[in-house]
This record gives sequence, C-alpha cells and structure tokens, in this order.
Amino acid sequence: MATVIIPTPLRKFTNNTARLQVKPGTIQDTVQELTLNFPDLKKHLLDENGKIRAYVNIFVGNDDIRDLQQEHTAVQEGAVVSIVPAIAGGSGNGSANAGGAVFTKEELARYNRHIIIPGFGMEAQQKLKAAKVLVIGSGGLGSPVLLYLAAAGVGTIGIVDFDVVDDSNLQRQVLFGVESVGKPKVEAAKKRLEALNPYIQLRLYNTHLNSQNALDILRDYDVIADGTDNFPTRYLVNDAAVLLGKPNVYASIFQFEGQVSVFNYRNAQGQLGPNYRDLYPTPPPPGLVPSCAEGGVLGVLPGIIGSLQALEVIKVITGVGESLSGRFYIFDALNFESRTFTIKAREDNPINGKNPTITALIDYEQFCDMRAVEEKRMKEITAKELYDWQVKGEPYQLIDVREPHEYDIVNIGGTLIPLGTVASHADEIDRDKKVVIHCKMGGRSAKAIQELEEKFGFTNLYNLKGGILAYIDNVQPTLTKY
Amino acid sequence: MIIIDQRTRQLLIEDALNTFPDECCGFLFGREDRDGTRQIIDILIVDNAKAGDKTRRFEISPQDYMTAETHALEHDWLLLGIYHSHPKHPPIPSETDRLSAQPFFSYLIISVMDKDTTELRSWLLDEERQFEEEKIIDYQYT
Repeated sequence: MATVIIPTPLRKFTNNTARLQVKPGTIQDTVQELTLNFPDLKKHLLDENGKIRAYVNIFVGNDDIRDLQQEHTAVQEGAVVSIVPAIAGGSGNGSANAGGAVFTKEELARYNRHIIIPGFGMEAQQKLKAAKVLVIGSGGLGSPVLLYLAAAGVGTIGIVDFDVVDDSNLQRQVLFGVESVGKPKVEAAKKRLEALNPYIQLRLYNTHLNSQNALDILRDYDVIADGTDNFPTRYLVNDAAVLLGKPNVYASIFQFEGQVSVFNYRNAQGQLGPNYRDLYPTPPPPGLVPSCAEGGVLGVLPGIIGSLQALEVIKVITGVGESLSGRFYIFDALNFESRTFTIKAREDNPINGKNPTITALIDYEQFCDMRAVEEKRMKEITAKELYDWQVKGEPYQLIDVREPHEYDIVNIGGTLIPLGTVASHADEIDRDKKVVIHCKMGGRSAKAIQELEEKFGFTNLYNLKGGILAYIDNVQPTLTKY
Repeated sequence: MIIIDQRTRQLLIEDALNTFPDECCGFLFGREDRDGTRQIIDILIVDNAKAGDKTRRFEISPQDYMTAETHALEHDWLLLGIYHSHPKHPPIPSETDRLSAQPFFSYLIISVMDKDTTELRSWLLDEERQFEEEKIIDYQYT
C-alpha cells in the first residue's frame, strides 16, 4: 500500500483522517480511489473537467508531480503522496495569481522599453499593472498625468472630475479634442485613454469631490494624484490622504510657475514624509491667490508640470529612485529656473502633528472662506420654475452658452452665445429683465454668469439648474437628449 | 475565538518587524476545543517564497507546507492556520487573501504601520467563502 497525507483543511472530508492507505498505481488511480471513498473531496481536488486543480499541488515523496509525469506519475508500494494546498495572499489587492501581475504577449511587447531598463524591469512593470491610482481633476495637469500613466500601464486609474469640456480648455488640456466639447470630462478622458491603452481599467467619478464622498472614493486606491485648481479641494485631498494613509502626489500651476511634491509618503524604512499642511497649515485669504480661470496659465506649463507629477507617481508605485517626498520643487518657466526646497513635518500640523485637531474631514469650502463669496452671487432657477414663467408670460431672456453643434442637436429657443464668446456678446444680454442662462448640465452657464457678473456687473442672471437636460426631463420629455 | 499567549504574540510581531517592508509568513499550531475555541501553542516561521516584490504578497512553498503538516503530526497538534503581515496596511484580509484562502485555517494578520504600531487580527472563512473575524483572546502564562 501507499500513504496519502491529507492536508488539514481537507480532513473534514475524510472523517478527520490525516493518513489514508491506497493501492499502488498512478496518481490518477490514487485520486480516483480517494474521491470514490470520500466524494466531498472531489470538488476540492478536481476542476469541472476532472483535471487536478491549479491551486492543489501533489507531491510523491519530495517531488512535485508537475516535474514528473503529471497524473501518470507512478505511486509505488510504500510511497508517500502529499496533497498540498497552495498558500498565498498579501495586502495587495487584485489578481489572486500568486505570481503577481501577469502580462499577455501584447502587453509585454507594449511595455518592452520599460522592461529593458536596468533597475526598472519586469518587477517595476508588474507593480505598475497591480497599482491603482486616483487622478483628481482631468484638466491641465490631469491631461498629461492621465496620458502618461495610462501609456505606462498603470493597471487601474480612477478619474474624478465634475466638469464638462469647454473650448477654452483645449489651449492646454491635451487629453481632449474639439469633438469632446460639451461632454463630461471623465467620459471624454475615458474614450481617449481606452484608445491609447486597452489593457488598463478606468473608473469614472463624474462628481464634485467633497467631505461626504472623498474617503469612500480615495479608499480603494494606492496612490492619489492631486491636480486640482482650488484650495478647498487641495486641503480636502490632503486631509483625506493623511487620514487614509495614502501617498498624495501633488502638483499645481499658476501663470508661469509650477510646483510638485510628494506628500504623506511612507518610505521603505517606514518613515512618513510631510504633507501639504506641513507646508501651509491654513489656506491664504480668499482672492489673494487667483485660480487659473482668473489668473491665466501658459498652456505648455501643465504639460511640463503634469509630466513631472506622472513621473513621481510612477516612482512612488515602483519604489525606483528617490521620490520628492520631503522636498518641494518649483519651476519658473520665464527664467527657466528650478528650485527644490526641503520640507519637514511640523509638530503643530493640525492633522497629524503632536496634538491633531482634525480627526475627520471638515467643510473645506467654509474652511477656505469660499462659500460665502460663491453662494451670495449665483442665483438659480429650476426647470419647473422656468416653465412657470413661460406659462405665466413672465418676461425673461433665455441665453444658451453651449456650442453651435450642440444647439443643432436640440435647443429650447435660447439665443446662442457659446461660453467662449460671452464677454464679446455681453451687450446682447438684457439688463432690464430677468435673464436665464443655460448650457447642457449647468456647469458652463455658471461660469458664464460668473464672468458676466464680474466683468460687466450683471445682477439679473439666473442659472438654469441641471441645464437643458433637466428642462427636457421635467418639462419637454419629447426633445432629443444627448 | 483564538487564544494567543504573550510570548507567541511577541514572536509574531518580531517576525513582522524583522521582515518589514516585506510580508512575513508562517504557520500556527495548537489545539481546538469542542466548542471551536482555538489555542496557539507554537508557530513556525517560513520564508516568503513569492518571486519578485514581497512587500504586498506572500507565498509559502509546498516543501514548507509539508514540513508544517509533518511537524503538527509529530507533536499531535493541529495545523490551525497561517499568519502573515500587512506592512503599511491594516490587518484586514485583502481580496487576494480571500481568493487564496483555505477553509478551516485561521488567517492571522499582523499589521505593521511602523515599529511601534502593530495590530493583530484573525480571520476564518465561512461557508460562503467570506472572511469572518475570529476574536483574539490574549493570554498570559502565570
């Protein structure tokens, strides 16, 4: 007879017997005898086709039958056959394949120029494939970040952006083309990135990142890349990343200057680097630092700085080289000068200093004193209220700030003044009656109102909430939606 | 419930710290009461056999597994489960852990955030192949 050693997890199917006696023969005979005597063993040892399961190893003596004659391997008198379950796991999510990320022939060819770099190689490429990166903002910085991370083969990329593509974005947001204007940025980004690299997963968040959803969205990712253009979101992303213990690769741009750093990064020695609040514990007073929409930005600058941001994301994932953790990089495009400062954790950091005062996400609009300014200004009207005005014959002017090709698809009789041209057509907008401004979903019309109020002092403008889509849904469902 | 004494806890944390930033792994031996309460008597530290990056994955070689089964039989102990560490991650099983998990085994995870911040939690597969937490009882020999 020969002896079969049953592994502990399977003994409940063999009446708690560890060693079973079987007749000599081949492994095939042994397995057949076992499953005949103990039918419950069958589904654990064999797959649907009756083949030995991939995660079950069978040894005769000290030799894996895969190195011998597979299931035809002889089991001689006195032999000891061991059934050995594959034991693996780890904190890394994703493929259960014990060998880490596995590449197809096509992927290996695609990533060849990475794999052949000494010190990068297959190992780094596998880490890229296994990695999940969340890119917050798919605008000026997000464009190069997303293009290069997708091209590099980062396995899972999440994109957060609530905005729609506007023609004025195309001066720097190289992810988009004319055909994307009017479409949600995340959708347009997905189309472009899928065309670039079909071997990666994209997850879209067509939403405002806020204190309610940030932790849930960030939680699933290994690395965060913050390319937002405003302080509330920057502090929100920083605090959420610190609370969740995720590295945050940060970049920002303004006019001719760009900045890059890596925050909240734990190095191979287990030391945690500083975060944004070690640099700026609190935001500057509102209005002191204008956004790009207000202050402008040279279109090529986000291309340079976003590429550096993508570089740091790749270094954080792969562990190759020295990341910018603990350092702050500034690039001045006008003088072509770069400076790198050292930054250190501060004891009075309000989120992870000695006595942290912030232990959960707060209201960042209020924290940055933005809400009072924004909300006081913008008046809104719902589609139902607009319909009431129409029914009652209330005098008003309707302005449509979408693009001509969108207007051709569907319109509700508004005067067409595309967002990029509102300033030069301000004289066509009534000042003595109510003016309702709409776009597809309400984002561009809000920008138009902001511009008209700031530059021309309008006070009679109403934003159609939810845009023409809300109007179609609530008032005229027979119209074409796009 | 799984009972872990001070010395065993110390050995597990030491292995996790010594192996950091890689994942450590090994076996748990002991007894099981009629009510399912498990008591760890000894551990066996083995190499993380994962090829390539070991910071977020572990693998145990079949040879080490056979050694562990033999060790249990020789001492008349039960092979109760597997331990491994999650460097810089919480002691919660990942999807990778779940997909590769064996029934019956306790999966003890040691989280190492830094050298002073470690946490142990134990998990067991249920009938639906989902992990359920197994309460750890600390025990001090007196």
